[in-house]
Amino acid sequence: MEARIAQPKPLEIQALRSFLARSAPVSGGLPCPLGLPALDRALGDGLPTGCLQEVIGDGGAAAAGFCAFLLARLAAREGAARSVLWGWIGEGDLYPPGLAAFGLDPARTILLSASNPADLLWAMEEGLRCPALAGVMMEVDRLDLVASRRLQLAAAAGGVTGFLLARGLRHQAAVSAAALRWRIQGLPGERWRVVLERRRGGRPGAWILEKDDETDRFVVAAELADGSLESPAAAAG
Amino acid sequence: MWLPSWPTDHLNRRRPLPAETPVVTVEEIGGRALIVAPNGVAAAGGILPGLSLADARTLLPGLAVFPADPAGDAAALARLADWCNRYTPLVAMDGADGLWLDITGSAHLFGGEADLLVDLRHRLGRLGYRSRAAIADTSGAAWAAARFLPAGDRIVASGEARDMLAELPVAALRLPPALAGDLERLGLRRIADLYPLPRAALARRFGLLPGDRLDRALGRCEEPISPRLPAPFHVVRQVLAEPIIDADNLAAVLQRLLMRLCRELTLAGQGARRLELLCYRVDGRVAKLAVGTSRPTREDRALIRLFAERLERIDPGFGIEAVALSAPHVEPLADLQLALRRGEEAGPVELAPLIDRLGNRLGFDRLARAIPQESHLPERALQRLGPLAPAPHPPARWPACPGPLRLLARPERVQAAGDPPQEFLWQRRRHRVRRAQGPARIAPEWWRGETGAARDYWRLEDEEGGRFWLYGQAGGWYLHGLFA
Repeated sequence: MEARIAQPKPLEIQALRSFLARSAPVSGGLPCPLGLPALDRALGDGLPTGCLQEVIGDGGAAAAGFCAFLLARLAAREGAARSVLWGWIGEGDLYPPGLAAFGLDPARTILLSASNPADLLWAMEEGLRCPALAGVMMEVDRLDLVASRRLQLAAAAGGVTGFLLARGLRHQAAVSAAALRWRIQGLPGERWRVVLERRRGGRPGAWILEKDDETDRFVVAAELADGSLESPAAAAG
Repeated sequence: MWLPSWPTDHLNRRRPLPAETPVVTVEEIGGRALIVAPNGVAAAGGILPGLSLADARTLLPGLAVFPADPAGDAAALARLADWCNRYTPLVAMDGADGLWLDITGSAHLFGGEADLLVDLRHRLGRLGYRSRAAIADTSGAAWAAARFLPAGDRIVASGEARDMLAELPVAALRLPPALAGDLERLGLRRIADLYPLPRAALARRFGLLPGDRLDRALGRCEEPISPRLPAPFHVVRQVLAEPIIDADNLAAVLQRLLMRLCRELTLAGQGARRLELLCYRVDGRVAKLAVGTSRPTREDRALIRLFAERLERIDPGFGIEAVALSAPHVEPLADLQLALRRGEEAGPVELAPLIDRLGNRLGFDRLARAIPQESHLPERALQRLGPLAPAPHPPARWPACPGPLRLLARPERVQAAGDPPQEFLWQRRRHRVRRAQGPARIAPEWWRGETGAARDYWRLEDEEGGRFWLYGQAGGWYLHGLFA
């Protein structure tokens, strides 16, 4: 038996497209390619957007650098240079000129120094609901479930990607509503260990990145067979 | 407007006494308590300022006595002046017991001068303030009419100031009592007596003041009042038939006012950078709410959101009976600019509502972006700019080697061994250096008057992959930043 499918009319295609656009899952927009094939493949065509991601550091600045790289990719997406919001509590020690080394334009980075965690999280929620932003990045002392749930909802509603950065060395990964959790560690020889500890509806992974001296961009130096084995903290989380 | 018993009326509002109680405020001068301000009842009983308290008590034994508080009286008068902004933005304080309102062009909003005067006196009366108000061409003539004319005659028609003043005593020219006394002793009792006198002779005998005051009262020379609050160019008002208390009603009123204000701004080609909402309460107080914007705006829907979440902070007291919305700070905003900005891809226009929300709640000084600044010193190589402020032209450039990602506000002295360090102690941990890059020498900026040793910066990596920025200066080592 031969199934015959009528050729759809252009108008129908348009209607179908708009229907699909409307019925697409509210959480998450199109993934954003990072230009790192191994990571993009593992993430499924690129970094998920319109969601909340946690990034846990090693006490140094490695995690902030990785975040700056992700934000730069989001900001440069589809050719339009968009702004990002980067906040912290108190005085802060981000040195904006250093962002440029990761492709993030300091002039398009809006800096916010909040006086307390509540203000910071409120500002993050506001930022996540503002589609004019490419991303929101907030440096926090601790992550908690309720806040992460609110932020994840806001990110899904606004389509903006949010990062919560806990730079603490011994940060205990708590239960969280974030879609992804990264753990970043500086390695000797200008290299980074990037562990995707958790991904809702996906598999974890671990990679070693290094900077290409000529293009000043990240390249994947190695893909680790099982990230959780390499990172003792991940086993606990 | 004259408030003849302001200190006691104002006292009475805080500590109400029966209306027939004689009240005075006293001040101790040279060991004697002297009357400063009697209320109407006390004054009718013959108690005048300057009388000793003992004498006053013999006249009126039931006297209620309070210490004089000139500073408190002045502050309360200033609050009343702000309340009077409901009639006009141009309100000035006149001494310790009077206010001037420039109602040119705003009287019609209240049904004309006579109705405005009735409204004003009625409201003040309800608040417990005795007042005598007059309207005239000049502030000098109004001052005289308020104090020296009977109630029915206190609106002096345009051009009639000269006739009105003619029959009044010379004290009505706002002259010090001693000077007025001197004039009277020479037979110059009425202001009309001064009209024919040659100005030079008057000045020789009594100084410039009488002639000057006469000119001002007659409008021969301008006497602008100096308003307590700067008059905003754009202001819209709404007097409410029924006092409102709940925030929803206030929001509805605000919305209408915003629409009117934005229409006005559109016609003027302006956008607001700051808006002030003044809520005039039934009890004579004014609740104020101000919002700022990061760029000129005249979109009422964006503006109402800025007000919305703070509207409930307004304490309506027993009700709000009038609302004024003004734009004290505006900047040019052409339609063309709006159109262009809409065309920008995710430019400042789309971000402005967010920045405004954050700025109004957290403070605009907490938001910034960084642009380069000419300096060799890393801590000085950037300056803060408003998040949406346009960058200067031509744009400055970041140095080719822009430094670390984290910079400590105050470099931390560390114990280090070797030059460059082979190892160092930081945050109670020993860092063994695996790689060192440097040195990069940064000299003090002598043209800024700085002295001291140069810094030799090293980029160090420890065995665990931590990347640090240290400098050696005069034999000591300092940690200044962290690389990613």
